[in-house]
Amino acid sequence: MSLESRLPKGPLAQKWTKHKNDINLVNPANKRNIDVIVVGTGLAGGSAAATLAELGYNVKTFCYQDSPRRAHSIAAQGGINAAKNYQGDGDSTYRLFYDTIKGGDYRSREENVYRLAEVSANIIDQCVAQGVPFAREYGGLLDNRSFGGVLVSRTFYAKGQTGQQLLLGAYSAMNRQINRGKIKPYNRHEMLDLVIVDGKARGIIARDLVTGELERHSAHAVVIATGGYGNVFFLSTNAMGSNVTASWKIHKKGAYFANPCYTQIHPTCIPVSGDHQSKLTLMSESLRNDGRIWVPKKLEDAKAIREGKLKPTDLAEEDRDYYLERRYPSFGNLVPRDVASRAAKERCDAGFGVNKTGEAVYLDFSSAIMRYGKEQAVMNHIENPSVDTIRELGEKVVENKYGNLFQMYEKIVDQNPYKTPMMIYPAVHYTMGGVWVDYNLMTTIPGCYAAGEANFSDHGANRLGASALMQGLADGYFVLPYTIGDYLSKDIRTGKISTDLPEFDEAEKNVRTTLEKLINNKGSKSVDHFHKRLGKIMWDKVGMARNEKGLKEAISEIKALRAEFWNEVKVPGTMDEMNPELEKAMRVADFLELGELFAKDALHRNESCGGHFREEYQTEEGEALRDDENFMYVAAWEYKGEPSDAVLHKESLEYENIEVKTRSYK
Amino acid sequence: MGLLSSSIARKVAMALSGLFLVFFLAQHFVINFTSVIAPDTFNSWSHFMGTNGLVQFVLQPILIFGVVFHFVMGFVLEIKNRNARAVKYASYKGSANASWASRNMIISGLVILAFLGLHFYDFWIPEIVHKYIESHPEDPTRYYAETVHKFESHTRVIIYVIAFILLAVHLWHGFASAFQSVGFNNKYSRGLKGFTKAFAIVIPAGFIFIALYHHINHLIH
Amino acid sequence: MKLTLKIWRQKNAQAKGSMQTYAIDGVDGDMSFLEMLDVLNEQLIDKGEEPVVFDHDCREGICGSCSLQINGEPHGPDRLVTTCQLHMRKFNDGDTIVIEPFRAKAFPVIKDLMVDRSSFDRIQQAGGFISVNTSGNTIDANAIPINKHDADESFEAATCIGCGACVAACKNASAMLFTSAKVSQFALLPQGRVEATQRVLNMVEQMDKEGFGNCTNTGACEVECPKGISLENIARMNREYLTASLKG
Repeated sequence: MSLESRLPKGPLAQKWTKHKNDINLVNPANKRNIDVIVVGTGLAGGSAAATLAELGYNVKTFCYQDSPRRAHSIAAQGGINAAKNYQGDGDSTYRLFYDTIKGGDYRSREENVYRLAEVSANIIDQCVAQGVPFAREYGGLLDNRSFGGVLVSRTFYAKGQTGQQLLLGAYSAMNRQINRGKIKPYNRHEMLDLVIVDGKARGIIARDLVTGELERHSAHAVVIATGGYGNVFFLSTNAMGSNVTASWKIHKKGAYFANPCYTQIHPTCIPVSGDHQSKLTLMSESLRNDGRIWVPKKLEDAKAIREGKLKPTDLAEEDRDYYLERRYPSFGNLVPRDVASRAAKERCDAGFGVNKTGEAVYLDFSSAIMRYGKEQAVMNHIENPSVDTIRELGEKVVENKYGNLFQMYEKIVDQNPYKTPMMIYPAVHYTMGGVWVDYNLMTTIPGCYAAGEANFSDHGANRLGASALMQGLADGYFVLPYTIGDYLSKDIRTGKISTDLPEFDEAEKNVRTTLEKLINNKGSKSVDHFHKRLGKIMWDKVGMARNEKGLKEAISEIKALRAEFWNEVKVPGTMDEMNPELEKAMRVADFLELGELFAKDALHRNESCGGHFREEYQTEEGEALRDDENFMYVAAWEYKGEPSDAVLHKESLEYENIEVKTRSYK
Repeated sequence: MGLLSSSIARKVAMALSGLFLVFFLAQHFVINFTSVIAPDTFNSWSHFMGTNGLVQFVLQPILIFGVVFHFVMGFVLEIKNRNARAVKYASYKGSANASWASRNMIISGLVILAFLGLHFYDFWIPEIVHKYIESHPEDPTRYYAETVHKFESHTRVIIYVIAFILLAVHLWHGFASAFQSVGFNNKYSRGLKGFTKAFAIVIPAGFIFIALYHHINHLIH
Repeated sequence: MKLTLKIWRQKNAQAKGSMQTYAIDGVDGDMSFLEMLDVLNEQLIDKGEEPVVFDHDCREGICGSCSLQINGEPHGPDRLVTTCQLHMRKFNDGDTIVIEPFRAKAFPVIKDLMVDRSSFDRIQQAGGFISVNTSGNTIDANAIPINKHDADESFEAATCIGCGACVAACKNASAMLFTSAKVSQFALLPQGRVEATQRVLNMVEQMDKEGFGNCTNTGACEVECPKGISLENIARMNREYLTASLKG
């Protein structure tokens, strides 16, 4: 199978419009006879399901949570980008496009990214119409803030809960269709296999998580919108249940998996506190608008702080190293995530870490608090305000902007971030890699689509802040529902797909066999035991910095761990009941395969780009060193039985509208 | 019950009947209080209330309906609310998040209801018998003496005091709550809440004062 | 820390459940409550017993999955947190902790501590939306200026995570705070006013159908709400409902 990306020809700015005009449509009467399955109900899946149902298709949605409203999109904090230029600071579709390509370190498709930038403005209009309560200014118009890697303010937000508000918007659009009977929701259901009939995706096998029953669902097309696979690291900012299973199952049935090694390590997360830790909590990137990142300048100060002998607030200005401002004067604290993360790791590796484990840096709000406080004093005509008054006024402003994040930090760490700087450290956050899709978001399996974080399409090797929400909603509201018509237009005479076909029998049998094997294995170690070990291998050897030796070790260790898992795993309970351990086992089994492909991809990519940093390929100053001559392509892997046998297909990236440069934020 | 089929409608009905009873209570208090400061006024106002056609045949039935409605509805809601949690908690820490008064309106309500029984037996039934069954000629000066006479009994005064303490508890939550129920919660609510809480203390305390005043008066003489 | 846990165990929706006692040692103050339960479950699996089933997902206080009644309070003794963000430093060595599922007729138990909150979804489906198609052909987002105060209040109401703590805390198992938060979010925005009448009537009707209790304004919901959703929303819904009823 060759990679046909179906990129439209013509001038960049007209490609999407032209493509929409060229593709086939399904007439409204025929849409009523077509079924679409959407797996995953986050921003991408939820918005796609709602729009498909509005257009007239019969939609079935599947999510493992008890309600679509709990999908992990809800945890996105900072905001959503859109090229609205409401601030009049020179933003435009082109600039958003350019920033995204550059931010992605020139490893994404021009066409996809331009389309994303183009529809971004529609997303904001749509969400406001739906009643999403974005932050506003006193004049009643929408407010914006700035995110990493850009020089304009184009991020729309709802305090630190933007993802929640957007997801609830998509969920409300879904609810309207559920109410009309156009969407049938299957909550607490997990897709465990894709059914292919005559080479086309025709349905899924899903497990009802409450009863344990296996169900067959047929459709004319299947959309996978199940998010990313960051949980392969065990510890990440993903939800506990976030998994790669749906993506991996379709990969095993023929969908290529692209760029698995592109993982985003988010620079501002709450550091690990102990071995019991089950997940990591993100502190929004928006905090870098006002927070300054630093470590002590002197090693002995760092040591004293770690031992609790010195407080960060006691350290004089000149003894602090604001290393991002020092290294990247033009972007300062707002460099892209990959750059900020590596810089933090570099300082901590050099011995300047500030918590007990030595893996934390400070994110300090005191200058912002004082700056805002002074502003407020002037605005409120307070003459000769005392330092305390200024501080108090400033804290109020900061609370207004980030109150929920500060509260969250205080609950977890038990320190007051208004008074003492926050401690942060990078953590696995987002996966740019994912299922390979063409311009229509169709995978290499006809009729099987992937949207949102689950696909690989728009962010290249690194995603800019506030762009994940944008991509999820762009795919779901404005791209997939139209491009899918091109494929479905050929299906208007197909009629209902029977679930009695032998292909369904076969798929269900395979799923049942796997479940039975896990239940009957009766090994000696829990699922989490294996997941934690996998996570450790991934973090140590396939994490923020990778090298050939470590990657090779990782590959063999993961392989061995996988074998051990299938021999030794212990899953209590039965198949025919609510059994979270069994759910986890199924997911970890897939992570154990993905992890190896991930390392294999990282090993083959002999360059550093975006979230993929190979220690062998860096400049003297420690910046990432790309190899555009040999690696300016999408690595799409075809499944051949074992991850190690996966076959590489290359989709080369052409840049016609942008000059490929070394990324610099200096 | 078509009109009262929704939870909010029932809640509003409880609030409105409650507010009506609060208004009645205030009025009742004012008249009773005259028995302390001006027995003659007490007599003449009581005479008016007892003989005026509008009061007797329009307002009195409305009042009785209000009382009956309030407690019947209270029971209905209590039963429905208990059913809404079929399996009870093994550990339920209601005091952590809500006042005793708000959680036990049914208890304070039942005590008040029992007291109303006594009150009817003491005053209302004798009045009806006196006026409409035995058809005594109206004596506009009889009210003060009859009232004072009731407060001679220790037991009655003790019951009276307990009932009014529970009434205070009932009002403490109920009066302010009625405004929330009808949708009144804004910048004026704080002040209003202060007023309702003061009312919840002052009026029942006033009733208790009247009872004790007459009782002590009786003991002294 | 050494703790005694009394946990509700129930095989499935039909089974009769009971409280079981477990001892747990080595609990660290930096653990979240759910991480403490993870440790317990690891121990149970090691011993060949069935782990305790509970809902959880994001573990950062926003998805609304976690739902435990801890020592008689939803999400435990701390304020403005969900169970996943409740840390063990709020407890003392030697404590006995009672852990139960959220209890309400409208939240039937699925297994152990996991309950079915789909009644909340059905309330939302009855009207918790603005009927606008996702065509993208709406008016410009800045075409309607919205008073910042209203927008902020709408946002505050919209931060409800649908966890059900309000129902669990309420002595009447009433869902008024949840329903009113959604009604308020839309009632405060001009976009939402268009369908306000029908929305509040439909959502309240569905809420009643689900078997939730009536609100008696005890205020327990507001105190226990991990997101601090205000009682003002209930007053607003009452107002909206009354106006809507009068309009017919």
